[in-house]
Parts: sequence; C-alpha cells; structure tokens
Amino acid sequence: MNATATKPEAFPEKHYVNAEYGIRSWLLTTDHKRIALLYLVSVTGFFFIGGIFAALIRIHLLTPAGYLVTPETYNKLFTMHGVAMIFFFLIPAIPAVLGNFLIPLMIGAKDLAFPRINLLSWYLYMIGGGLVLFSFLSGGLDTGWTFYTPLSSVYSNSAVAPAVLGIFINGFSSILTGLNFLVTIHTMRAPGMTWFRMPMFVWTHYATSIIMILGTPVVATTLALAGMERLFHLGFFNPALGGDPVLFQHLFWFYSHPAVYIMILPAMGVISEIITTFARKPLFGYKVMTAASLAIAVVGFLVWTHHMFVAGQSTYAALAFSLLTMLVAVPSAVKTFNWTATMYKGSVSYDTPMLYAFGFIGLFLIGGLTGLFLGTLGTDIHIHDTMFVVAHFHYIMVGGAVFGYMGGLHLWWPKISGRMYPEFVARISAIVLFVGFNMTFFPQFVMGYIGMPRRYHTYPPEFQVLNVLSTAGASILAIGYIVPIFYLLWSIRHGAIAGRNPWPSTGLEWQTASPPPTENFAVTPEVTWEAYDFDNRPDLGLARAADRGHK
Amino acid sequence: MHRTGELYGHFKTPGQQREAASLGMWVFLITEIMFFGGIFLTYAINRSMYPDIFAEASRELNVRMGGINTAVLIASSFTMAMAVWASQTGKKKQLTLFLILTLILGSVFLGVKYFEYAEKFHHHLVPGRNFQFPGDVGSRAHAQLFFSLYFGMTGLHALHMIVGAGLLLWLVKESLRGRYTPQYNTPVELVGLYWHFVDIIWIYLFPLLYLIDRH
Repeated sequence: MNATATKPEAFPEKHYVNAEYGIRSWLLTTDHKRIALLYLVSVTGFFFIGGIFAALIRIHLLTPAGYLVTPETYNKLFTMHGVAMIFFFLIPAIPAVLGNFLIPLMIGAKDLAFPRINLLSWYLYMIGGGLVLFSFLSGGLDTGWTFYTPLSSVYSNSAVAPAVLGIFINGFSSILTGLNFLVTIHTMRAPGMTWFRMPMFVWTHYATSIIMILGTPVVATTLALAGMERLFHLGFFNPALGGDPVLFQHLFWFYSHPAVYIMILPAMGVISEIITTFARKPLFGYKVMTAASLAIAVVGFLVWTHHMFVAGQSTYAALAFSLLTMLVAVPSAVKTFNWTATMYKGSVSYDTPMLYAFGFIGLFLIGGLTGLFLGTLGTDIHIHDTMFVVAHFHYIMVGGAVFGYMGGLHLWWPKISGRMYPEFVARISAIVLFVGFNMTFFPQFVMGYIGMPRRYHTYPPEFQVLNVLSTAGASILAIGYIVPIFYLLWSIRHGAIAGRNPWPSTGLEWQTASPPPTENFAVTPEVTWEAYDFDNRPDLGLARAADRGHK
Repeated sequence: MHRTGELYGHFKTPGQQREAASLGMWVFLITEIMFFGGIFLTYAINRSMYPDIFAEASRELNVRMGGINTAVLIASSFTMAMAVWASQTGKKKQLTLFLILTLILGSVFLGVKYFEYAEKFHHHLVPGRNFQFPGDVGSRAHAQLFFSLYFGMTGLHALHMIVGAGLLLWLVKESLRGRYTPQYNTPVELVGLYWHFVDIIWIYLFPLLYLIDRH
C-alpha cells in the first residue's frame, strides 16, 4: 500500500454534501456531484426492481413444468426484468452516476457545461421511470424488452403504451447526458489538460457520448412510430396494413446494438483506471486504447443486423454484417491485451476494485468470445434464441458492465463519501459475486447449446439439473449485490477517513478533498504531467518503479 | 450556479461559455438529424415498396399551399439571418423587428398548415376509421401508410416550428429589454441555428412528400 505513510488527513468541514440542507437543495441542485447521487439512488432502485423479477424467473425455472407463475406472467417477468435493467440501470448506471460525478473532476472543471440540462436529464429519467413503473403495475408488459412489432403494436394485451412513452422520454435523458459530456470534454478542460492527458475513463465516456447522440434519437423515433401504430391503428410496421416488421427490427437494433457499447465502454474506462491504480503503472498503449474506444463506437454502429440473421435478410448482407461483427471484436481484444500488459511487472495489489477488474477481464473475455459464436452465421442458426444467447449477453452486461460499475463504485467511494469501506468484507463480497455470477450463467451456456430455447416458461426434464444449478447460483449472486449496500452505507458514518488520495492514483479527481467541495477545486488546477505518470509524481508518495524492483 | 452578468460561474471566460453553448446546439441538431432520420428512412422504404400508390396518394396533397409555405419558410430564414446580423452589430431596434417578422412568418406557415390539415380531414384522408381512398383494400392500406407518414413527418416538423415560435417569443421579450449586444448575443445565434435547421427539414419534406412523380 502507501509506501510513505502520510499524516492522517482530517475530514473536510465543508463539502458538496453538507454545502446545503433540505430536500429542495437536492431536487433543485445543479451540482454534478449531487445529481450523481440522485442517480445513484434511483438506478439502485431500478436495479433491485429488475433483480426481483430476475429472482422470480429463476425460482419459476426450478422445475421443468414451471414452479411459480402462469405462462403469461412469465412473459411479463422476463420483459420487465429486461426493460428495468437495460433502460433504467445498465445504460445510465456508469455514465450518469460515476461519469457525472467524475468527468468534471477528472478534467479540472467546476461542473459540466450545462448544469441545468444535467438536472433536466435526471427528471426525464424519473418521469420515464415513473411511466414504466406505472406500466408494470397496471397490467405489466409482455412484449420482450425489444418491443417487436406487430406483437407490441397490435396483439399484446399488456400496458405497452405507457412503457413505450416512458422509454421514449428516458431516451432524451440519455441524449442530453451524452450531449453534456461531449461538450464538457471539448470545452471545459483545465489548462494543460490536453486530449492525450485525459484519463481513459473520460475517453471512453467521450466514445459513449457519441453513441448516445447518434443512436438514441433513432430508437426514440422508432418507439414513437410503434407507439402511434398501437394507439391510432396505423401500419408502419404491421404487415396486415402494408408495413414492414423487419424494418422495425432494423431501426430498433440500429440503436440497441450500439447500446451494448453504451453499457460496456464506460465500464472499460473504469477498468482502465482501476488497473493502472493497483498495478501502479501507466496504462499500456494509452493512445491505442483511445483509438480502440472510438473504433468500438464507430464499428459498433455497423453490426446491428447480426441480431436478425434468421429474421429474413439477404445472405450477402448477413455475410457483411457477420464480418463486421468479427471486426468489432478487434478493439475489444486490444483493450484486454493492454490491461493485461499494464499489469505485467507492475506492483499489483489485490484491493476490492482490482478484484472486480479481474472479474471483469475474465468474464468479458468469455462474453466477448461467445459473441463471436453468435456472430458466425452457421453457429448462430443453431444457437439463435437459446439460453446460450442469454448467457452470452449476461456475461457482457453483468460480468462486464455491472462488474465495472461495482469496481468503479469501490474505487471512487472514498472520493464520493470521504470514507473507506471495510476492505475485508468488500473483498469477500466481490468474490461471492464472481462465484455466484458464474454459477448462475455458465450452466445457461450449456443448456442453450444443447437446445433449451430462451423465453420459454417450461422445459424438458433433462435441463433440470442445469436450471437448479443456475437458480442456486442466482441466490449467491443476490448476496453479492445486497452486502455492498450494507457496508457502503455503514462506511458513511463509521468508515475510516479516506483523505485526498488513499490508493494513491494519478487522476486530477484525487488532488482535491474527499468529498470534494461544491466548486471541486479551490484553485483551478494546471496540469503539467502526462496521464498515469506514476514515475514523475513525487506528490503521490510512491517509491519510483525502479526502486520497487521493476523495470 | 451563480452568475455574474451573462457569465455563469462554472465557466472561466465568456468565450468558453459561448463555445460550449454553440457546440451544444450543433450537437443537439445532430441528434435532431438522427431523430428525423428514422422516420425519413421509414418513408423512403415504404415509398420504394409501393411507388404507384404513394405517387397517387401524394397527388392528393395541395402543392400550391405547400409551395407557398416553402416560400414563407425561406423568407423567415432570411429574416432570422438578419436578426442574427442585427444582434451582432448592435442594432437593437432592427433586431426586435426582424425577430417579430420571423415570428409572423412562422405563424403564417403554421396557419397554412392548419388549413391544409383541415382539407385532408374533409377529404377523409386522415388515417383512421374514416379514411377513404379509391381502389382495393391493399391500395387503401398503402395510401393510409402514405398519409400516416405525411402526418407523422409534417406533424413532427410543425411541433418543431411551435417550439421555435416559443423561443422567438422569448427572444423578442429579451430583446425589448435590450439584453443582446455585440458582446453577448449567443441566444439569438443559437435560436437562429435551430430555426434554419427546422427550415431545412421542410426543404427536404416538400419535394419528398409533394413533388416526386407529380406530372
């Protein structure tokens, strides 16, 4: 840990949390750090709502005939699980909580470029979320999170209209967040904070913002058309009225595939920060990493029809999109290699965030490689719409995005709260999450590969062992999610005082007090060092790498 | 978020504030292009699937009213550009005048649009139960598709015009207070950008909906 023990720092008297009091000071705040906390509470709420649906699905699948609910309810459970998790947890989680809190701090700004629009984004999220909850409570939603037409626009008897409206409105929250980040990164950097001195976290959020800006409006239009089709009996995507249902799928996936990168790119940023911090080495191939982030954002827009290989498209189009899908794996692989190379001969320590980062690399690797199975035309026809697909995207979204989020939350918790969480419990909890996750989802690869379809409420008896294993894993997974809530809340009062830079790390966010003052920095910082330059930073109190016995 | 004069506290200089605002508007317009892009694509694909019915249905549109509206909108873009020029050169009275002219032209557009919509309503061309179109069930459905897209696209455009009119009203109010000077005129410039954008959308909508295959 910290080689030269610095004298313990006092907890700052005035910081962003106690700068103002009362409910109005939170609901009308324009401080990016307070808005991040508003998001933290709301996305956590949606995470547990989505989690309850997941738990019910897993309990139901304990027996081949289905254990708990009617087929109709089962359809609603997996739909509402997907909608809550994707639109209201995974997409906003890292950008709106950690990105919001950290981007201005990392580039030495006082706030995002548009603080009031930032607050507006949160309100749009809450209004959208409220409408979706209303849909859940007034009959539920059974279309699948993908809202395929004409099921969603004509045949479904569930509360589709409020859900579609809610996701439409929530889309503008995402668009405005992306816009705000992009403009902030362009115009608000402190003196000396050049583009290639920015932390990778900022770069990946830059790439994410591009996707939010270019992709989200398209899904907004698409859902608006599908919603109007349902309300006014129009025929844009209804074959009975001359419309084209495959067009809906194209438009939907034009956003919703890049949306996967909205979820994973910010997590990649988090992992980059964690690994440099706990390997105490500069990020290997920094510029290549920035290029890989942008490449993922760009190529990610050119792979969407791999969701539709069996939905009716020309073989040549399928071939091209299959090839492009292979291509998008390249920058992801570059990142994985670079993280590994960063750790090579570093002074690696196994603090909680690092455990999450290890989990991320392993799980993302499996998730990414199984994605190639699905991107390959021949194999996709065999495993399309099976539990294999479910396992694949949970490895990316939970193993990737959620592990990144949890790792980031732990890395920056001392900055957000000014307190340290209990390290031992946190490490155990990270390991429990990893074990529970694999036990839940690895069996799903197997059951999918040998033929269990997804989204079915019953299954042949030969799949029962694997399903029971998966459900047992889910109960372990739940513990891994619930325990951090307790110890993080506990640490707010009882945790050790963190000080400015407890790990230590090189970013600007660690130069200010923990928790930071409302204006972030007492004086606007001036950046004179390169990104992750552990060697030339005597202020960090680390021995030089050479003296630590490394090259 | 405190403010000194026109400068918000989280910016260091007025130049930085202007740059952020201007980039923000440009990026917003990019999101708007993508937003309209989805529905333009839906139109293009349906048009290519049913070229004959779409051509026939488009002949029901009132090209005279559409043409007048195109001229009105181009004129409003001119007055808007003049308003931006007036704000940059400190001509406060002309600024107000040009803003009001733009607002009037925008309202004329919306008025003409109202009469056009009313005409479609009387001719039973509004999608729904009372939609009527000569030919078999199939061509009726496809013509209804055309009119769904017509109302969707022009309606979305009209909605943007209404938002623009609201912004212009606000600019008129602020310009009467003399708020815009050669040093600070970002809002005029940005509303100008937005107004021109909405104008350009119409420049595409008019030929796509009214003019293709019209002999």
